[in-house]
Amino acid sequence: MPQVTLTVNGQAHTAEVEGRTLLVELLRETLRLTGTHVGCDTSQCGACVVHINGESVKSCTTLAVMANGADVTTIEGLAKADGTLHAMQEAFREYHALQCGFCTPGMVMSAIDLVQKHPDGLTEQQIREGLEGNLCRCTGYHNIVKAIAAAADVMHGKRSEIARAAQ
Amino acid sequence: MNVAAPFEGIGASVRRKEDYRFLQGRGAYTDDFNRQGQLHAWILRSPHAHARIRSVDTTAAAGMPGVVAVFTGADMARDNIGGLPCGWQIHNKDGSPMAEPPHPVIAHDKVRHVGDQVAVAIAATREQARDAAEAIVVDYDVLPAAATIDAAVKPGAPAVHDDVAGNLCYDWHIGDKAVMEAAFAQAAKVVSLDLVNNRLIPNAMEPRAAMGEFDRTSGDYTLHTTSQNPHVIRLLMGANVLHIPESKLRVVAPDVGGGFGSKIYHYAEEAIVTWAAGKLGKPVKWVADRTESFMSDAHGRDHVSNAQLALDANGKILALKVHTYANMGAYLSTFAPCVPTYLYATLLAGTYSTPVIYCEVKAIFTNTVPVDAYRGAGRPEATFLLERLMDVAAQETGIDRVELRRRNFIPNDAFPYQTPVALQYDSGNYTATLDQALVAADWAGFEARRAEAAGRGKLRGIGCSTYVEACGIAPSAVVGSLGARAGLYEVGTIRVHPTGSVTVLTGSHSHGQGHETTFAQLVADKLGVPTAQVDIVHGDTAKVPFGMGTYGSRSLAVGGSAMMKAMDKIIAKGKRIAAHLMEASVDDIEFERGTFRVAGTDRTKALVDISVAAYVPHNYPIDEIEPGLEETAFYDPKNFTYPGGCHIAEVEICQETGKVSMVNFTAVDDVGRVINPMIVEGQVQGGIAQGIGQALLETCVYDADGQLLSGSMMDYTMPRADDLAPISVATHTTLCTHNPLGVKGCGEVGAIGSPPAVINAVVDALRDFNVRTLDMPATPAKMWQIINGGRRQAAE
Repeated sequence: MPQVTLTVNGQAHTAEVEGRTLLVELLRETLRLTGTHVGCDTSQCGACVVHINGESVKSCTTLAVMANGADVTTIEGLAKADGTLHAMQEAFREYHALQCGFCTPGMVMSAIDLVQKHPDGLTEQQIREGLEGNLCRCTGYHNIVKAIAAAADVMHGKRSEIARAAQ
Repeated sequence: MNVAAPFEGIGASVRRKEDYRFLQGRGAYTDDFNRQGQLHAWILRSPHAHARIRSVDTTAAAGMPGVVAVFTGADMARDNIGGLPCGWQIHNKDGSPMAEPPHPVIAHDKVRHVGDQVAVAIAATREQARDAAEAIVVDYDVLPAAATIDAAVKPGAPAVHDDVAGNLCYDWHIGDKAVMEAAFAQAAKVVSLDLVNNRLIPNAMEPRAAMGEFDRTSGDYTLHTTSQNPHVIRLLMGANVLHIPESKLRVVAPDVGGGFGSKIYHYAEEAIVTWAAGKLGKPVKWVADRTESFMSDAHGRDHVSNAQLALDANGKILALKVHTYANMGAYLSTFAPCVPTYLYATLLAGTYSTPVIYCEVKAIFTNTVPVDAYRGAGRPEATFLLERLMDVAAQETGIDRVELRRRNFIPNDAFPYQTPVALQYDSGNYTATLDQALVAADWAGFEARRAEAAGRGKLRGIGCSTYVEACGIAPSAVVGSLGARAGLYEVGTIRVHPTGSVTVLTGSHSHGQGHETTFAQLVADKLGVPTAQVDIVHGDTAKVPFGMGTYGSRSLAVGGSAMMKAMDKIIAKGKRIAAHLMEASVDDIEFERGTFRVAGTDRTKALVDISVAAYVPHNYPIDEIEPGLEETAFYDPKNFTYPGGCHIAEVEICQETGKVSMVNFTAVDDVGRVINPMIVEGQVQGGIAQGIGQALLETCVYDADGQLLSGSMMDYTMPRADDLAPISVATHTTLCTHNPLGVKGCGEVGAIGSPPAVINAVVDALRDFNVRTLDMPATPAKMWQIINGGRRQAAE
């Protein structure tokens, strides 16, 4: 069986996998990082999004062997060791951008990459279009869009902390 | 420095406690649980909508790598496994019971829908189980299928169940037909409308999953499952299917990734993994992939109706007559029969003082996935029918559509209001929610926006709907008399620990609703304990007393009321202990937010003083009061609750592509007292998104052979962020008069009020194209044909 060596959330791992093993299966079943979710089988929902070398990728459509030598970040790797949340996580909480929490890990990972790819800021429409690859059935996206805008301000250094939600 | 703690009680938008784990990937969903030595199940499903099974050959599959067992329906029959039970019995017009054909856990003899369970392969890995399932050889004798209501009611239609004539599950009615006919004879105007309420696939983001375990030492079974109501699953599966005493069966519904109704029901896979775990002595796990979700999760809606409204010369409604065909699918899912009857026909008064209502409902079996409650369940179908009918009536009488509604509203001084269809509304103010919404949506300024849009080549329309729903389900005696085979109370336990922190045990289940926060706020408000020191426990039959779970927007109205009752008991006992400690009469003890006080004095005891005394009863009236500070209450509601409100949608249609864009959505809902405004707003926004999905994007499509064409997220259009616009949500409160919190429920209002508002807006946008009505969803293709057909007509 092929062997994969990769770094996940700063930790080096080596694992034997089947050729057909998906990255999400390696993460969830071998490494027991169950924060990354599988919500569909057609690469539509984005619950499985992780970062590979800093870029958002659907781990349900990536073979584990393709991540050989890569630096992978999952939702478990975002907060600091002291428990301080990433600005995007903090914004999701402040703006009530999650309900059941199942799409949330992929949504947060996609949102971070989206913000990073737009250093000059994002319009509401750009955020909505940028979420094309992530489905949420609970929120109607209204609060997700607001949270991403608020997090972008912090990630781009425009504010030192997440702006409080109106409510 | 003394900094006041932030207010966390009723009315505060406390940020959610559960978010920390969800945001850091620490949620514990069913598929996140793993056990040493666990096996994996893969279900082989029927590729045919309707076929006789001549034989199932498992020989090759059983010999494949990693395979531990392959089971068929015959194996289950040998173990005397029962069929999946139905939890509600409807009676026909003539008083006879509905047809209730068996629902085998694994099909034998016959398959009745694409996705029906045919066999299960169990292996060391999921992939091995899947490979093995593919090697099972099934010899089918394919039969003609009845894939739609129309096909199933035709003379000579294929019989889904051999002994159910005409595929008729039941023929039910409510109201007095003769009185209705007499009222129609007096009408100045009758408006008739044919409607389809499109079939939907719920698609909670977490696919269903189940893991069965068996402890050989104790003989105990444990099932982890994606459920909204673990006690109900334990009762139904233990008593009806596997014949395991409830004392030997634990059901855990851990974090659940959305439900929307689809995770209420007892599903075959739960029984399969539990039974197989016992047979094999090892944990057995099953996780649906999304394709399986599409063809095995209960679907929603699917009504075909004709509605007729009789009006007098002033536009006052005299009577309503409705005929509905409701699709049950191939088998009766747990609560399916009550959805098109007691959750639908009883809501046909809506916000109006209609004096006479008659409704008949024929429930039909088809070769499709079973249909059951989906967010709103029956109430969206009733609201869509009424609110479309009101718009058409306005058009045909020439009365303004807002004025027609206003003229027929149940007046504010009429509450409690007895409808002609069994329900008694306790409170509401439909004029207030309408007026507030009209202002918020700038209804008066619409024509200017329409003209501006026309300048950009866009057709702009506005539409409103007003609605009432019945939730806070439900008084047990009432639903029992209507055919429910369960009580619908809720339970709450308040456990005050020695050091003053609190654990709440609730039979309600949270799968996105934020109960861990809202319920903690109730405790903060009443007992004065900070939410950080309140822990909400739910979803485990080994921890929580017998509760009924979450659906029908009942968690706060029924579950929260049980907690309030239990806290009343805590306070009553606490007062007795405080009276002893402060050497006062119990009648003189007052309690407010954590402090017991001798009335008119500065002598006080904190809740923690009382809890310490209760658990360390050194100085304690032990002959009069038991130690400990823990109380349980069961709350059975006196009535349903009746949220209501007004939704206004504004759309633009692109004439080039036919695409309908949401430009504004305004909701003003009366959900009773609001505990956490942030969470209520989120619940309403989410419901509205699903309603907009139904109106513009989503529909389940079967072909004539019963093949599911909309069977993946590439074929079934789930709303995405760029399909929706900002959703403005406000509340206008009238209190529920019969529960201790005055709450009504907010989980379903969004999905109930929004679809007719959107379609009314689309029809309004098309006002130059002579469109009388329109079936959902309003897809670009449909719009384009209307626009271009209209243009061609104009040119001719």
